[in-house]
Amino acid sequence: MDIVSLLIQTLNAVQYGLVLFLLASGLTLIFGIMRIINLAHGSFYMIGAYMAFGLSSGITETLPAMIAVGLILSFFIGFILEWVFYAFLYQREHLEQVLLTYGLILVFEELRSILFGNDVLGVAVPEALAGSIPLTATLSYPVYRIFISAACLIMAGLLYYLIRHTRLGMMIRAGSHDRNMVQALGINIDLLFRIVFALGFMLAAFSGMISAPMTSVSPGMGNQVLIISFVVVVIGGIGSVGGAMVAAMVIAFADVFGKLLVPAYAGMFVYLVMALVLLWRPEGIFRKG
Amino acid sequence: MKTSGILRNCLAVLATLLLPATTLAAEDGKLKVGFMLPYSGTYASLGHAITNGFKQHVDELGGKMGGRTVEYVTVDDESDPAKATENAGKLIKRDKVDVIVGTVHSGVALAMTRVARETNTLLINPNAGADEITGALCAPNVFRVSFSAWQPSYAMGNVMLERKHKNVVTLTWKYSFGEQSVAAFKEAFEKGGGKVVKEMTLPFPNTEFQPYLTEIAALKPDAVFVFFSGAGAVKFVKDYVAAGLKTSIPLYGPGFLTDGTLEAMGDAGNGLLTTLHYADGLDNAKDKAFRTRYAITYKMQPDVFAVQGYDAAQLLAAGVAGVKGDLGKRAEMVNVMETAKIDSPRGAFQLSKAHNPIQDIYLRKVEGRENKVISVVSKALTDPARGCKM
Repeated sequence: MDIVSLLIQTLNAVQYGLVLFLLASGLTLIFGIMRIINLAHGSFYMIGAYMAFGLSSGITETLPAMIAVGLILSFFIGFILEWVFYAFLYQREHLEQVLLTYGLILVFEELRSILFGNDVLGVAVPEALAGSIPLTATLSYPVYRIFISAACLIMAGLLYYLIRHTRLGMMIRAGSHDRNMVQALGINIDLLFRIVFALGFMLAAFSGMISAPMTSVSPGMGNQVLIISFVVVVIGGIGSVGGAMVAAMVIAFADVFGKLLVPAYAGMFVYLVMALVLLWRPEGIFRKG
Repeated sequence: MKTSGILRNCLAVLATLLLPATTLAAEDGKLKVGFMLPYSGTYASLGHAITNGFKQHVDELGGKMGGRTVEYVTVDDESDPAKATENAGKLIKRDKVDVIVGTVHSGVALAMTRVARETNTLLINPNAGADEITGALCAPNVFRVSFSAWQPSYAMGNVMLERKHKNVVTLTWKYSFGEQSVAAFKEAFEKGGGKVVKEMTLPFPNTEFQPYLTEIAALKPDAVFVFFSGAGAVKFVKDYVAAGLKTSIPLYGPGFLTDGTLEAMGDAGNGLLTTLHYADGLDNAKDKAFRTRYAITYKMQPDVFAVQGYDAAQLLAAGVAGVKGDLGKRAEMVNVMETAKIDSPRGAFQLSKAHNPIQDIYLRKVEGRENKVISVVSKALTDPARGCKM
């Protein structure tokens, strides 16, 4: 591999890592702070993608408007979902959480089938971002991928700021450590968790929304991202947003260079890396206490 | 209690003795067709298209084959190989169907084929293309009216030779259908003096193609051959175009790349060349009549899967009519089906010794969301049926 190829592959890995981070960030919020094993996370991603399809084919063509409407809508859906289903799960065992969230996957898939059918659908890349930048004589880099990377970075920055430097973030951190104590201090923990859950839902839907033009909108798309999201969260250390970022990068580099260097074992290379990381740090890279 | 137990046993024995008589009675009655197809999940629309096509031909026949009214039993196979044996068993034992029609997913179809062989049940496969089904697993009671993985890809090897490509890179998912497609392509392409520079595979159903595209750009082959289908095909073609490769390194593949995926691809698919046993804009009266009728009945356009369902019904009808509805004459019926000329919308075909269609493979070009026929690349292409001892 010459130096130019190596640099481009590194760029590919970084870009993929950012997408993985965005995918997993919502899961790490919900899993880490509220201790709920949310198997329906992939469905949230799928809902985002179908939302992008629905909005772009019927209501608004412009990307910023679509994202704004989508974000508000998904926050709202997340808020309601927590209220109706997830709020009952905090004191329950993991098995019951798995059952309910698995049930939700089936419900969302069926709803998807009723509303949009079973065909593979596509969302066009917005006009302004449709171009590409030439890298070598034969290869160019699509502008939309750069846009996605930027969006992921901005989201990561916002999330970091929210959790580390705002009052809401402080309450979230405190709540994740000791739910009862926070409640005793007079903070409405139910509402707080509802907001965190809605944020997690919004992040998953957002990654589905901005991925839609780059991939396709199709049945079962959520299940494809579910496993890899869990891998990122577990490696990064459950509940750590920073850890999720590092883990996403580790996994992306393992995936890209695994495909190139050991193509015959590319399928298991990512999981091999996961096993090694967990042997080294069973709690994940960034798990504290 | 005891006496009633003995009585029941006697009745059971009696019933077994009477069984041949009841089967005879059924011959004048209904013809039970068991659909084992995907009606949920990723392949649901394919399952419905096959069913629609089949029923369309049965309706043309007035709902009867060989004087017997056709009756349907359906099972959703969910494209789950783990449930395949059980589902096929249900149709055979519980529903006592005369024939099974299925399925789409090759893994499920392989399991079904094994069950059909063990129970000597008549099986008509309307899609799944795994080479083994009419290869190592071929049997007198197993028929396929679609294609083998080998056929369209082998034909593509010749297309790419004609187009003067010398060095080619291949890419597919690392699973059996993809690997069979690449192997068939390579067989034709290297026989004609071409060279496969690199065979790349990625784990199924991974769709992070970027590392491979970078690799292709670095290798600079004359052309690329891929097998992808469904959502993966959409993403691959979009990524390929976005990476600017489509203009410098032409992309080819078997028709699954552009069948049912063109709307989702948008303009990215324009101009792609693929090979398959069916195409849009075929110049034959049968196809025009079939498409018109399908569009009126089902309020949508037919696709290759609907054609395959339609032909499954044609093949069965030929067999049943040949023995005048007396399915007890299995050997005779198989004989009729083996020699039947199926007047398919894709163009008339007959079956090979291994029961796979001997058919023309078309070269198609994507134009305005359609796979427009360009030419026939392989006239009456016969699958080599490797491993078939029949």
